[in-house]
Amino acid sequence: MTETYLSPLWISLKTVLTATAITFFMGIAAARWMARYQGKFRNLIDGIFILPLVLPPTVVGLGLLLLFGIHGPLGKLLKLFGASVVFSWPATVIAAAVVAFPLMYMTACGAFEQVEINIENAARTLGATEWRIFWSVTLPLALPGVAAGAILSLARSLGEFGATLMLAGSIPGRTTTIPIAIYFAVEAGDNNQTILLVLIVLAVAFGLLAALAYWKRRATNSGNRSLIPQNID
Amino acid sequence: MKRIRSIACIVLVLLLALATMAGCAPKAAPPAAQAPPVSLTVSAAASLTDVLKEVDSAYTQTKPNVTITPTFGGSGALQKQIENGAPADVFISAAATQVDALQKEQLLLDGTRKDLLGNTVVLIVPSDSTLSITDFKDLATDKVKRVAIGDPKSVPCGMYANQVFQEDNITDKVKSKEVIGSDVRAVLTDVESGNVDAGIVFSTDAKTSTKVKVVANAPDDINAKVVYPVAVIKASKNADAAKDYLNFLSSDQAKTIFEKYGFIVK
Repeated sequence: MTETYLSPLWISLKTVLTATAITFFMGIAAARWMARYQGKFRNLIDGIFILPLVLPPTVVGLGLLLLFGIHGPLGKLLKLFGASVVFSWPATVIAAAVVAFPLMYMTACGAFEQVEINIENAARTLGATEWRIFWSVTLPLALPGVAAGAILSLARSLGEFGATLMLAGSIPGRTTTIPIAIYFAVEAGDNNQTILLVLIVLAVAFGLLAALAYWKRRATNSGNRSLIPQNID
Repeated sequence: MKRIRSIACIVLVLLLALATMAGCAPKAAPPAAQAPPVSLTVSAAASLTDVLKEVDSAYTQTKPNVTITPTFGGSGALQKQIENGAPADVFISAAATQVDALQKEQLLLDGTRKDLLGNTVVLIVPSDSTLSITDFKDLATDKVKRVAIGDPKSVPCGMYANQVFQEDNITDKVKSKEVIGSDVRAVLTDVESGNVDAGIVFSTDAKTSTKVKVVANAPDDINAKVVYPVAVIKASKNADAAKDYLNFLSSDQAKTIFEKYGFIVK
């Protein structure tokens, strides 16, 4: 009995950690790229990155289903390799990562913009490559904001329901994440499982809020500190 | 400023005029011969989606003052809604379980419960399937990777599916392949999309789609147990109209429509 009650917990844990890891790197990469990109399509690309945040999750789910489904372009491609994503665990990761991506991307963009350009320029005058500047100067300074972004993505992936249900379905033991399990438990009148899962989610939510508060405090503190003296006599 | 004030005044006057006109409009003379308008909310199992729409329009032709608002969904979900106070007048479930639960909680109007229909549980596959599935037992073989069923805990067809698995002794083998749907039409859609290899729905659901084909019928003893009970909800504010509707559901005219869609009329 505990097996089935706790299985959504393990599935959600695996999904959320994997999705957040993917979103973390892709969000930072996208933010870095957009910071440098001055081309014509800047607004368009920015819009596409933020789209999953604005669209209803069911629309995102539908889009993913059309893309990865058996008649969709990516689905057909994967089929050539004998793989199929719909109604499988990787689908939960894809759905969670897609909806969480805008949060990571936007927060990372904001965090990078906050880094004083003078500090980066100082590094440039000292001969550092752009790559080195990013890793040794920009990213460490933007870290509190980026960390906050990671926490937000984590929270969003944990709560993802609509798109996950459409792309990954509810397969007990494989794709039934906590939100999906709660939905079916309520429909079935299984109060025990509902209460257990809701309590777990509340506990995790409070934990995430505490972590978020911590990183936000770090972010505002580091923003006030200027590393370059304003008056040089 | 003076301009804005004068525009605002005109708008206000217009609104007042509109309001007065609406109030003074000659009220439609109450049609002495016609009955007062009644609105019935019918909570019905998802498998009744197409047939009930036709039955309802046949009914409203005989009783033009009645408007029927159907709600379709998994019978378990509908049961929960009614338990939580959803304003349904009539409930038609695809299994006795949900109606029994409501009866136990004394939410049904005494004497109105009746067994209305029967159905056949079938195994379907996408119409372009090449897996040569011919029996429920094939679900246990490696040919089948994913099979869609309704949630056995709340969807009647999912419950019947589980019973078939038990009778064929394949419950353990099928367990890891099950993709759970929230109602029988969701299962049908999954099979239509080709994202699952097979699914278990009612024959009447399969009949509505050209994208699936029926490959097997459930054993007779399980099909014999399939029943659609109907009842009036005790909290209904239109009990008499609801009872009249129920009578119509058992009429010959309704019987013809149900049988046209493949239902068994009890």
